Amino acid sequence: MLNQQNVNAFNYRKRIIIAIFLIIAVIYLGRLFQIQVLDHSYKASASSNITRHITNYPARGLIYDRNKELIVYNEPYYDLMVVPGQIKNIDTTEFCSYLGIDNKTFKARVLKAREFAVHLPSVFEKQIPNEEYAILKEKLYKFPGFFVQPRTLRRYSKPMAAHIFGYVAEVGPEITKNDPYYKPRDYIGISGIEKSYEEVLRGQKGVNIILVDAMGRDMGSFQKGKYDESAVSGTDIFLTLDAKLQEYGEKLMQNKRGSIVAIEPSTGEILALITSPSYDPNLLVGRSRASHFRDLQNDTLRPLFNRALMAQYPPGSAFKIVNTLIGMQEGIVTTNSRYSCPGFYRSGNITVQCRNHPSPVDQISSIQYSCNTASSIIFRNTLDNSKFTSMQQAFNNWRNHVLSFGFGRIFNNDLPYELPGLVVSSEYYDRIYGTRGWRSLTIISLGIGQGELGTTPLQLANLAATVANKGYFYTPHIVKAIENIDSINPKFTQKHTTSVDSIHFATMTNAMWQVTLGGTARFARIEGIEIAGKTGTVQNPHGENHSVFIAFAPVENPKIAISVVVENAGYGSTWAAPIASLMIEQYLTGEIKRSWYEKRILDAYFLKPYPEVKQ
Amino acid sequence: MKQGFFHDFRNIDKTTVLIFVVMLFIGWLNIYAAGYKESHNSIFDISQNYGKQFVWILIAFVLGFTVMLTDVKFFIAFAYPIFITIMLLLISVLLFGTEINSSKSWFQIGGFNIQPSEFAKFATALALGKFISSIKSKTITFQNRIKAFSLIFIPFAMILLQNDAGTALVFSAFVFMLYREGYISGLLLSFAVTAAFLFILTLVMNEFIIIAILSIIAIIAAYVLRNKRKEIFLVLGLFIIMSAYVYSVDYAFEKFLQPHQKNRIEVLIDSKIDPLGAGYNLNQSKIAIGSGGLWGKGFLKGTQTKFDFVPEQSTDFIFCTIGEEWGWAGSFVIISLYLFLLIRIVIIAEKQRALFSRIFGYCLAGMLFFHFAINIGMTIGLVPVIGIPLPFFSYGGSSLLAFTVMIFVFLKLDAKRLDLL
Repeated sequence: MLNQQNVNAFNYRKRIIIAIFLIIAVIYLGRLFQIQVLDHSYKASASSNITRHITNYPARGLIYDRNKELIVYNEPYYDLMVVPGQIKNIDTTEFCSYLGIDNKTFKARVLKAREFAVHLPSVFEKQIPNEEYAILKEKLYKFPGFFVQPRTLRRYSKPMAAHIFGYVAEVGPEITKNDPYYKPRDYIGISGIEKSYEEVLRGQKGVNIILVDAMGRDMGSFQKGKYDESAVSGTDIFLTLDAKLQEYGEKLMQNKRGSIVAIEPSTGEILALITSPSYDPNLLVGRSRASHFRDLQNDTLRPLFNRALMAQYPPGSAFKIVNTLIGMQEGIVTTNSRYSCPGFYRSGNITVQCRNHPSPVDQISSIQYSCNTASSIIFRNTLDNSKFTSMQQAFNNWRNHVLSFGFGRIFNNDLPYELPGLVVSSEYYDRIYGTRGWRSLTIISLGIGQGELGTTPLQLANLAATVANKGYFYTPHIVKAIENIDSINPKFTQKHTTSVDSIHFATMTNAMWQVTLGGTARFARIEGIEIAGKTGTVQNPHGENHSVFIAFAPVENPKIAISVVVENAGYGSTWAAPIASLMIEQYLTGEIKRSWYEKRILDAYFLKPYPEVKQ
Repeated sequence: MKQGFFHDFRNIDKTTVLIFVVMLFIGWLNIYAAGYKESHNSIFDISQNYGKQFVWILIAFVLGFTVMLTDVKFFIAFAYPIFITIMLLLISVLLFGTEINSSKSWFQIGGFNIQPSEFAKFATALALGKFISSIKSKTITFQNRIKAFSLIFIPFAMILLQNDAGTALVFSAFVFMLYREGYISGLLLSFAVTAAFLFILTLVMNEFIIIAILSIIAIIAAYVLRNKRKEIFLVLGLFIIMSAYVYSVDYAFEKFLQPHQKNRIEVLIDSKIDPLGAGYNLNQSKIAIGSGGLWGKGFLKGTQTKFDFVPEQSTDFIFCTIGEEWGWAGSFVIISLYLFLLIRIVIIAEKQRALFSRIFGYCLAGMLFFHFAINIGMTIGLVPVIGIPLPFFSYGGSSLLAFTVMIFVFLKLDAKRLDLL
């Protein structure tokens, strides 16, 4: 089989074949040497990562009120980006004229961008509004190296409820460091529901991956967009807020310091949450956000202070509701109780003043006329009950009743930065007076809602709602529904029952009804609507008394519970009660028939120079 | 002259086996690097390419061992039946196969894909060896030449029908064996080289410029040969033939190539034509390899391997990972290993007394070389992007097993060279 001739004839060819193998190997090694060692452009390409990730920013979720009225939406804005390495032969003067900056600013910004990265985009001008962009858009082709990135910013259909909405700003370095979701230039909710529902509202960022060449030039999308993700807009939110009522309440509170909180008793849904003075939420949006924020911070009227959740006032006479209910529950106050009032309550060297009213009073009329004498007796009898072995025990029993109404702690609801108010413990008095050094008379001011007691307007509104519900409340909350999420946080549908039996609340409801029928708040009566309320006139170290009123209406099957605090305005009956009355009228009837009555409130001015307040 | 199996194991060419094992190991590590995922960081993770490759490597060892245990006369005696079986498989894959990457050349079995065309190379080598070594006559007749070419053309055509031009082109690798055995002349080989050169030149340059250059060369040659009339006519004739060829290549290119084939060749010339298509691969591939530098970025440190910058990174573009992570030094090692293996196979082939064994050896060397040259050539932009794997390095079982069988059949033939005539 061996073909000797062939072997000999073509034997040399093995060398040619090996030579071909060798030549190719050498050519390849040479070529590899060229691209791997000699040519540095490939390394540059690889280090600039070849792809560039352009974030697609999602629009935040929209916010509607309880009647599906759009109150917070988004408006397109544009971030002008610059890639310094790509700026080529541009007319700087013309460019600057579109942006309203001078050449020096232009140079400084380009230099700053260049320091960050020559071939990567950085922000040249943030948040250019649509109108300005429309002019720039036409001319942008003349300025290679510049491009715009669309963003959205918040817009508010009405200049109201700033404290509820909170605001959105770019994330700070602390957050980007600790939370991998956030990258510089992302937006995040800083306060209000923008903060508490950040994860719902923020949506999902997307990304466009584009291919760039060694010079960082856009070469089209990477892998035909296979890895691109479009941004998913944030989820819409429906608030419990009634936008009309909120707007009206803010109008009523103009030129006043204070707060209105309205709650739907049957659900705990907050219908209105007004803090005054406030500000237009549109101020904290866009390029001037920082400067506006500084102005608001320096404003002596302290518009950034969210009084509805953070101001802690002694409740004054409004607290007689709580004390009387506790007295009823403890068997101290009964249908047979009668208190005769000489115009003051005196025990030892302590005197509590009262006002002129029919005497004696019973469990109903003591509330109706807000009798300090009766309240002092009831409070003392509650504490001096012989069933208690010590003052501490008696006090803590009373205190636990108070706490069951939601006082002294935060509701921990969906509104951030809430303060707990103040219901001191027995240890507090022990520290001041010694364990045996205090008795019911020592703390008698608690009986009329003064002294070491702090309640927020939200807690007072919740008290009204609790009475309206005859003994229980739902955690007051601001968000009614989240799109695509079936149920709202279950803790908001959980009933919180007070330690007082509901039968006593029926009596209290009657008493509070009498307040508006023929008591301290006669002035708050509305034709055709039965209102149960209680005035409060709160002494405070800042001057004129705070005017306080809490109420709910209608008495049968209440639809709204409300608290009104007007700082340094005087009697609860003169200012707070009429404001509550107007709010109730607005909410229940949708219109105001008493224009003279309304005008008196609108014209009132209580923004006197304000001494430093302790929070 | 039967001897024990252990005799064959003792006689096996240990250098080749060593290179084989080293290549598989390096290949496996690079497949791991190419497809590395933090979430699946075990190199044995069967859900990933690298885990599967480990299984393929084990199967390859078993297969190599089995081949060594097989009587070598089996492969010679059954060369034609094996060839016919594989040809039938090529037909059935056309009918029942699965289409992957627009090539209908795969059978899917479990999680693994088998490509019969890979084994067609082996079957064709056997058949060619059997046919040529069985020819009694001392001169090569035209008839026999046609028969030998037909043995190559049949699988070539069928694989082309599967729309797998890359694998089909591998059958041109038999030219080395045909040249060695005298079935094609050196003139033909140089013609082929010139034609290939002009082909690429045509695509790179405007055909008028090429013809202008050719004219200048022809004029100079005519001047040098001005006293030799016969040669002047030869020069003139060659000039006309080459010019016509350049024109027709250009015409054929525009007219007959499928868009994706045309594209693959076009991007070789200017990779910016379609940066996201075929040119994209090439661009990314060059960037990955180029960024490796002299010493490379280190094992698992390749940035371009992340995020699938180079598609088919673990299969056809595995050399990118080598180039990026091991640099020019690593590329040098790999190319040297290949060159060493190729020369080793040629040397062993020349040692054979049996013509069958030598033919088989040259078929093996030719195909390994073709894969090597095309695959690495395309990653560095010297050859159009043709989807064929780099044997022993690319992820994939079919190619690995096919080459394993061929290498061990060859080593078995070599171990038995004294018994074979």
